[in-house]
Amino acid sequence: MTAHTEEAGVPAPTVEAAGDAPPRTDRSERLSALAQQHGALVTLVIAMVVASLSFDTFLTGDNLENMALSSAFLAVVALGMTFVIVTGGIDLSVGSLFALGGVLAAWGSRYGTVVALLLPLAVCGLIGLVNGLLIARVRLAPFIVTLAAMLGARGLLLALTDEGSRTYLVDKESFLATLGQGTLLGVGVPVWITLALFAAGAVALRRTRFGQYVYAVGGNEDAGALMGAPVARTKITVYTLSGLCAGLAGALNAAWLASGVTILGTGMELEAISAVVIGGTLLTGGSGFISGSLVGVLLLKVIQNVINQIGSLDSAYQQVVSGAFLAVVVIAQTWLGRRRRVL
Amino acid sequence: MTELAFTRPSLDRARLLRLLQEYGVYAGVLVLLLFDVAFTPHFLSVENFRTQAVQVAPVLVVALGMALAIGTEGVDLSVGSVMALSTSLVSLYLGYGPWIAVLIAVAGGIVVGVANGALIAFVGVQPIVATLALMVAGRGVALVLLPQLKDVRDPGMAALGSGAVLGVPYLVLIAAGLALLTAFVVRRTTFGRQVLAIGDSRPAARLAGLPVGRVLVVVYVCCGALAAVAGVLATARLSASDPTSLGTLMELSAITAVVVGGTPLSGGRVRVGGTVAGAVLIQLLTTTLIKHDLPPSWTQIAQAAVIVLAVYAARERGRR
Repeated sequence: MTAHTEEAGVPAPTVEAAGDAPPRTDRSERLSALAQQHGALVTLVIAMVVASLSFDTFLTGDNLENMALSSAFLAVVALGMTFVIVTGGIDLSVGSLFALGGVLAAWGSRYGTVVALLLPLAVCGLIGLVNGLLIARVRLAPFIVTLAAMLGARGLLLALTDEGSRTYLVDKESFLATLGQGTLLGVGVPVWITLALFAAGAVALRRTRFGQYVYAVGGNEDAGALMGAPVARTKITVYTLSGLCAGLAGALNAAWLASGVTILGTGMELEAISAVVIGGTLLTGGSGFISGSLVGVLLLKVIQNVINQIGSLDSAYQQVVSGAFLAVVVIAQTWLGRRRRVL
Repeated sequence: MTELAFTRPSLDRARLLRLLQEYGVYAGVLVLLLFDVAFTPHFLSVENFRTQAVQVAPVLVVALGMALAIGTEGVDLSVGSVMALSTSLVSLYLGYGPWIAVLIAVAGGIVVGVANGALIAFVGVQPIVATLALMVAGRGVALVLLPQLKDVRDPGMAALGSGAVLGVPYLVLIAAGLALLTAFVVRRTTFGRQVLAIGDSRPAARLAGLPVGRVLVVVYVCCGALAAVAGVLATARLSASDPTSLGTLMELSAITAVVVGGTPLSGGRVRVGGTVAGAVLIQLLTTTLIKHDLPPSWTQIAQAAVIVLAVYAARERGRR
């Protein structure tokens, strides 16, 4: 009995395979890494070329502008989510916070633009902070904490709007409306804000000590702590950032729509997670990059746009294609990741 | 005897928390029941109990599958979409008779379960991501099959939805039967022990020679099939198929029921009785708040608080 178990337990084939591999390791590994990091970008370029060849209506100013704007709001949410996922966590509350931020901005707009912007940031940032504290200090699972925040924030939103029956409007003349609907050099202001935020986010993750801590916490928490990374503080910061991003995106979206729409944001956490994963960030944490998430968002939006262009296909097919696409990306990522580990 | 008394631990804080985690959900149900009996008008009636039980049935059936998935340290986010898929399939194939329609609906759930399980067990994708993909795609497929709400007029489905044996609705009997079956599987079968072993430590289970991949696939197939059954039950109760909204946020309710019921998210343990009590607790909480004229938004906030409390209690146990 014992002999049999031992025999089955010896991982002989793996050892042999690893022994054969060294000569090719370097090139193979680099190719896998490249595919994992830039696969989304290549796919995006191909999708855009195919789309513009197939539909005359794709490469028009209006269509591109629409896509850029609708991408911008999701992209800001995905930016915060990227930091969270790189630490190995997840934030399911962003959809609710997006809607809450929008309603708070619209409600606050009657007291001026400053209130309209600071209120959603304060409330959503605070909820993110509470998420972070529960996860980092009380050590509860991120998945379940942010799930509770998702329910709680949606409840708060409903309480604010008489169970969702009341809609607050944004004054069309206010500076907030300009922020949402205005254009600069022919491109919408939200798009510029998004680009600026992504530039700042990329610098923060790649070039600052905080960014190093984020990678260290996600790579191996214990090792990170031993090297002197402030694990709890880093986690609290990323969840607060994620809440702030979701609230800001919601506020900008409300400014763009000129009203705080209560039903927005459902399923947005999934879209954001999809975008981050498609962009090459591993859900296991410790690796990933900001620009990938932007590419992921654009890719999702181009796919949705193409399906809309086909016309006869409705939003149901959008979901089928997005889901299938996510599955393919994740399988490819897992496969490439495993290849790198084995070699 | 004296020795035993000597070693018995005192009732300190950690032990209290463990008791809270073990029996808190039953205590919660009891407290809510007592409160309702005392303060909620028209609570003590057979009709009310029947309504509550019928409403909790679909959630409970989904939560049973979820408990198995969580027992393997996994999770299934696609259950709500599987319910939508199931209701679409029932409507689509009702022409061939209710039995065929139900079988096809359950087969649909099994197919989703196989896909989830294969992605998790053989490709090595994290459960949350694998089932996320099918959560998005599943509802899409449901809506492609049946784009909008459709009335279900079928004597068989109507009987399932409103029929009863000795005053106990079929829906409740089915849910209770499935709960008993799940409890039996978890406690008395090899498969149940394998599920718990995998949840405890997957590498250890693999080294011990357990068929880890096969067990994981079966777990997610159970999860999909049970969600499909819940879709059928909900369709029968509403006598309508509504793929747009049926099962939305069901994954959250199911996870809440399981976690509040004392099954740790870290796997290795499945508490079926606790899951039943957890589903009942959430249902009672919702009804109580609504019957006291508190708006639905409060229900969500209360549910969020209950989740955090439950995982907090579970945390202390996990650390020891």
